[in-house]
Amino acid sequence: MDSVLDYTSLKSLSASIPVVSAKWSYGDFWNAVKVRWGIGRDNSKVTPGIYKIGNPNNQSDVFVSANYKLSFDVLRKNLDFINAWILVIDTKGVNVWCAAGKGNFGTKNLIESIIGNSLKDIVKHHKLIVSQLAAVGVAAHEVRKSTGFKVIFGPVRAVDIKDFVDAGYKATPEMRKVNFPIYDRAKLIPVDLMYGKYKLLIALFSVFFLSGLDRSGFIFTKMIQTGFFPITNILASYLAGIVITPLLLPVIPFRAFALKGALCGMLVILILNLGFSIPFIERLSLGFIGIGIASFMAMNFTGSSTFTSLSGVKLEMKWSIPVQIVIVAVGILLFIISKLI
Amino acid sequence: MCETVCPHAVFQISNKKAQIRDINDCMECGACALNCRFGAISVTSGVGCAAGILNGILKNTEPSCDCTATKEKESSCC
Repeated sequence: MDSVLDYTSLKSLSASIPVVSAKWSYGDFWNAVKVRWGIGRDNSKVTPGIYKIGNPNNQSDVFVSANYKLSFDVLRKNLDFINAWILVIDTKGVNVWCAAGKGNFGTKNLIESIIGNSLKDIVKHHKLIVSQLAAVGVAAHEVRKSTGFKVIFGPVRAVDIKDFVDAGYKATPEMRKVNFPIYDRAKLIPVDLMYGKYKLLIALFSVFFLSGLDRSGFIFTKMIQTGFFPITNILASYLAGIVITPLLLPVIPFRAFALKGALCGMLVILILNLGFSIPFIERLSLGFIGIGIASFMAMNFTGSSTFTSLSGVKLEMKWSIPVQIVIVAVGILLFIISKLI
Repeated sequence: MCETVCPHAVFQISNKKAQIRDINDCMECGACALNCRFGAISVTSGVGCAAGILNGILKNTEPSCDCTATKEKESSCC
């Protein structure tokens, strides 16, 4: 370390570093709501660099954050008990875990950021607190070798930071584990819901249109009169796969998401059928389509979940995608037949 | 270190050695392999994401959620 450090330059350097509040403003809260619904996420970034929480000095802790605004906001909100530095690295506006998985929150990026921001001129210690989730991209021993900074992997959840610091920078096994409680699952649903909105609209229009098919060709009034039931079926199975399955995830039997979704879709459609009197073959056809959709949509939640593995999902898809395609195809065929007889 | 970085407590330390407690809890994130300075662990890591794998198959590339690759946002599929 550089021992002949000029105090005045250190002071001016330190004075130019922006201070951020540990409190959330209305705007921060609103931003959190918006990104959960997939609105304006692409611009939800923080300028990379060093920030102050409170009034830190050269002994204060350094916490490392991704430059996704929600990551940064959640971190600073949980640092209200301490004077600290936050080193924001450029993860292209992606959160810690995803960025680490993709290499943007990685060893190289962190090393460059430590050097680029002259961190060793700002703090005297050689300690960095990095979220444990970044371990997917950050090799602690490599960072130490290149920069001298020791990476301490902090807890998974920012809310645990205070207890972690109070315990002498030790995380309990519970703090190290990624759980996926109903509250966390619920937070992810809006984005998935919005994600498939166009495909859903296309599917809804298609069944509505097909409802007008008749032996004599196409009858507009038939479409209007009988189109409602297919639409509710498709909508219900979409919601079964994308909302109900994630919410009830641990309660639904089977390990495979495709099976969970299929079961959930089947139940929802059975319940829906109670309220309508519709020819049997049409019910059957929509049942097939609905189960296929619910199964496929539920499988999409594997990406949001925190415990599925690449090999596991691949294995699941190998059998489930062909099955889904076949049952949806059979369903569509039956639906068309039901209209023609 | 592998015990520290694992998000699903796959490892346990007994007699100063890391042992696998339950391999089925592994989500193949690769944190343990990357942070093992002895190179004792190898993991073929990637996202367990159906949409990503599908994208990979359709575009004939590595599994990747195109939401992260192109739009750079917190993707729902990571």
